[in-house]
Amino acid sequence: MAYRTYLMVCAGTGCVANQSMKVRDKLVAEITKRGLQNEVAVVTTGCNGFCAVGPILVVQPEGIFYQLLKETDIPYLIEEHLLKGRPVKELLYTPPLEKTPIPKMSDIPFFADQTLIVLRNRGLIDPENIDEAISRGAYEALAKVLTTMTPEQVIKEIKESGLRGRGGGGFPTGIKWETCRNAHGDPKYIICNADEGDPGAFMDRSTIESDPHAVIEGMCIGAYAIGSPEGYVYIRNEYPIALERLKTALKQARDYNLLGKNIFDKGFDFDIRVVRGAGAFVCGESTALMASIEGKTGEPRAKYVHTVERGLWDKPSCLNNVETWANVPQIILNGAQWFANIGTGDVSEDPWGGSKGTKVFSLSGKVNNTGLIEVPMGITLRKIIFDIGGGIKDGKKFKAVQTGGPSGGFIPESLLDLAVDYEELTKVGSMMGSGGMVVTDENNCMVDMAKYFLTFTQEESCGKCIPCREGTKRMLDILEKITNGEGTEEDLVLLEDLSNMVVESSLCALGGSAPNPVLTTLKYFREEYEVHVRDKKCPAHACKKLITYNIDPEICVDKGHGCDVCRKNCADGAITGETKKVHAIDVMKCGRCGICLDVCKFDAIYVE
Amino acid sequence: MSKITIDDLAKIREQTRRQTTLRQGAGRVKMTVHMGTCGIAAGARDIMTAVLKEVETRGLHDVIVTNSGCAGLCSQEPMLTVETVDEPAPVKYVLITQEKVKKIIDSHVLQGNVVKEFALAVGSERTR
Repeated sequence: MAYRTYLMVCAGTGCVANQSMKVRDKLVAEITKRGLQNEVAVVTTGCNGFCAVGPILVVQPEGIFYQLLKETDIPYLIEEHLLKGRPVKELLYTPPLEKTPIPKMSDIPFFADQTLIVLRNRGLIDPENIDEAISRGAYEALAKVLTTMTPEQVIKEIKESGLRGRGGGGFPTGIKWETCRNAHGDPKYIICNADEGDPGAFMDRSTIESDPHAVIEGMCIGAYAIGSPEGYVYIRNEYPIALERLKTALKQARDYNLLGKNIFDKGFDFDIRVVRGAGAFVCGESTALMASIEGKTGEPRAKYVHTVERGLWDKPSCLNNVETWANVPQIILNGAQWFANIGTGDVSEDPWGGSKGTKVFSLSGKVNNTGLIEVPMGITLRKIIFDIGGGIKDGKKFKAVQTGGPSGGFIPESLLDLAVDYEELTKVGSMMGSGGMVVTDENNCMVDMAKYFLTFTQEESCGKCIPCREGTKRMLDILEKITNGEGTEEDLVLLEDLSNMVVESSLCALGGSAPNPVLTTLKYFREEYEVHVRDKKCPAHACKKLITYNIDPEICVDKGHGCDVCRKNCADGAITGETKKVHAIDVMKCGRCGICLDVCKFDAIYVE
Repeated sequence: MSKITIDDLAKIREQTRRQTTLRQGAGRVKMTVHMGTCGIAAGARDIMTAVLKEVETRGLHDVIVTNSGCAGLCSQEPMLTVETVDEPAPVKYVLITQEKVKKIIDSHVLQGNVVKEFALAVGSERTR
């Protein structure tokens, strides 16, 4: 019998970690118990994006959005919603600082302000069932290309769309394809870069988890355009769910002969292999990635000869990011003009003249709605953070947003009306990057943030070239000095000089962009560095060596009557005092853990 | 599974059209079976089954079938509300039987002609 209702359970990594599979099993059990198994279907989908409120369940066709579900909520939910037709108010989403819940998914600002191209199937299909992908149009673009278009026409279409590399570089995809097609050498290779290593970034993981066939189809179309018989997906081994879904999807596509010999009987052969990355950040760099596929050490090389001429095994190779590939089928189906109508600038004359289509970002840090979003190019950072992101957590004040992953720059409040665009972001010292977006608030110290991200890039520096290997290490030493209260004015000058040297002389983009967090914080938050150096203080109270925890004796005795809770909880035995008497912290013993601040009910503890 | 052709792609899309439409929350007609205690006692469960069966056998891919609570007129249960996107107001049908379901689908859902003899009123609150 036809199903009347579909229960779409999110099975992205975030929701699965929050036990969404148990919720799914309970849903199935309850539905069977109520005899509804022929009317109501339970479907596991890819990531919905709103990871902050997982596990998520969307009831279709009504579009009712349930959040933060537990196994124990399910019997009541099934009885109320599916038997009596009443959505359960307590399980609906309520925006921060508001009281009325929003039942419909499409009315929730987090979803309403997004434009979906790459993630168009998220939450709508079971990614492990190829028929569901086909029901939403998968492989239709491949059929169109093989029956009605020449490779040259495909390349022309991609060029006119204005699609640019979504891995961060922003190189025009059509030009890359054309150069690779015209390069000498046989065979040619297609590569999908799924080695997403930025801390706080999960765009590619979610794309593969929710719609692996979009990536596979994009690669097939690219292979036809370039004339390649073989492709590789280089994927992080730390993405177990994405890896499994990709393998399942490849097998199903092969069974349907959508990969293999003589696809659609049009004489086109193409197949894809999966290579798992061993966990080095630098392997996301194209030449290092190719070396890694070849079984060599994952180190970049100088690109006097581009990889489209001589890449994998010295053959012409076309490498694009997951998101870039996933855009391709939709451009073919809807036309270049449709895509070029979304975004900024004009790409009809200059391929670098604008940013077209959408961009997927993983929004994290101090925003209310952390998660995965897809927005049209040209949207302002303010709209992303305050409308879609729902503003800053706990009503605190916005400080800066870092775009572009660990080597992106920090953008201050004065530039929040900046449009999301490759060139605009580069102009202010940051970059589009692959789509990480980390929001910081007044409690984040900018020196400390710069140190955090530089620690990551310094550790991941492969060590092949000296500026990156030694330069980032020395920069980190200086930041360490400053956050310990031992920095001098000269250190700031040296830090800036070193940063510029590393940018200019590093071999690959890892070193070339690693100083960005330092340079932008020096540019926009120089005062904060100076306070660290001059006054030996941390204005955000984040650098432990520069702060002290103190007890206000009056509040302690008058309001708290010397409750003694802080002393009992102190891990370092740094607090002296007894019940009904004033307490005090021994600065020498204090480990700056902040537990006393958390446990004091009378706000007697203060930091300075 | 075996090799598929371009025609097969279209066939799969056609076969799953109802599923695709419903998951996107799109539909031309919405049929609501009232399933409060009174409705269930009066046989609403059988009516729900009948509606779903008719939708299935006729291959209607753009009809949303859902349930809701008591409509407040318990003596007239089972009740069924039909809304279509191009009509100004929903229509409530009362004292529904399986035979009436067939007629409502044939006449109202498929041809847009309200079955006046089964209808309670036209113009109560919309639900979508």
